[in-house]
Amino acid sequence: MTDLLLASLFHQNLALTSFLGICTFLAVSQRFETAFGLGMAVIVVQTVTVPINNLIFNGLLQDGAWGWLGLADVDLSFLKLIAFIGTIAAVVQVLEMFLDRYVPPLYRALGIFLPLITVNCAILGGSLFMVERQYDFAESVVFGFGSGAGWALAIIAFAAIRERLEYSDMPRGLQGLGSAFLVTGLMSLGFAAFARVGL
Amino acid sequence: MNATLRYLTEPLIANNPVTLQILGICSALAVTTTLQTALVMSGALTAVLVLSSATISLMRNHIPNAIRLIVQIVVIATLVVVADELLQAFAFEVSRQLSIFVGLIVTNCLVLGRAEAFATRNPIGPSVLDALGNGLGYSLVLIIVGTIREVLGTGSLLGYTLLLPQAEGGWFEPLSLMQLAPSGFFIIALLIWAIRSVRVEQIEKPQHQLSRSEVEQ
Repeated sequence: MTDLLLASLFHQNLALTSFLGICTFLAVSQRFETAFGLGMAVIVVQTVTVPINNLIFNGLLQDGAWGWLGLADVDLSFLKLIAFIGTIAAVVQVLEMFLDRYVPPLYRALGIFLPLITVNCAILGGSLFMVERQYDFAESVVFGFGSGAGWALAIIAFAAIRERLEYSDMPRGLQGLGSAFLVTGLMSLGFAAFARVGL
Repeated sequence: MNATLRYLTEPLIANNPVTLQILGICSALAVTTTLQTALVMSGALTAVLVLSSATISLMRNHIPNAIRLIVQIVVIATLVVVADELLQAFAFEVSRQLSIFVGLIVTNCLVLGRAEAFATRNPIGPSVLDALGNGLGYSLVLIIVGTIREVLGTGSLLGYTLLLPQAEGGWFEPLSLMQLAPSGFFIIALLIWAIRSVRVEQIEKPQHQLSRSEVEQ
């Protein structure tokens, strides 16, 4: 379990080694505060959606999941994409209403980022990886939290670097997006080095 | 130039989805370790993009504004499921290598972005051309990156040996970094640098500006 947590936090980091959510990663990292807000939102949504999708997949969609009804031949796993994206959209919506009602400061801090998360491929990708790697329920909780936190860690660190980058003297064509890609590449190298670290 | 044809040619370089609009980058980096996966992914994405833009453009006057995102996602997700099943049926090996990234076309911001920004406001003709142009612009970047990574990383391209590796008695030392994640970022960074050296107008304005007193210090 700690191995899984460390792996999803560092050397299998969703943003830096699987390239998930990179569009948002590059677009919303120009200011530290917004990156922090988005990172927190991703942790919350990812920790909730991956276990829920795990239950849905194992209980309803998997090959043979309807065996107890005598429908052993039914394989609904092709529906997983639509089911997962529906779950994610619903969870985001419920979370938004819940935070609005009970934790208004957090709701205001997350602001526009909550709805945007529905189309962040790190969230859907997390659920799809969960199916591909056949995690059980406990593992999917750990993986959901770890991968969300890893993504948040990456974007927060990246935003901090990027704020300093504005003042650096770059070749003109590399300013902005070009340098952002270079820095992400270097961070990706750094995170890959954690592959040899174990507890 | 003919105004209609513009929709097709504009996104190739001048308004490229990957290097300028920052759309669809996840898959552009993840599936480019070999040219073959890059080609299959380009084909799948372009097909889904064109079909979803056409569908959404046809339905644009019937979709209530409040639920348009949900409708768009359902249309795209349905097309992606079809594409995914087709790939698994006819190209099983490649579909295994592409892993979850065909499924992730659902949340590929390029598809949703073009549907939202263009297809909901334009008739079917321009929508299809715009989708095709953006699909080709995306494919162009994928093919360039995929070619560079496969040739420098393994010495061969699509199974043909171009640079004979040392292990087989040649001179070429394969750069294993090219097969790892970071090289994708570096190659796209260099690509952006190259494009922006020619097209200076693409450079975005800096977010922060040094005040004069800071510069003089």
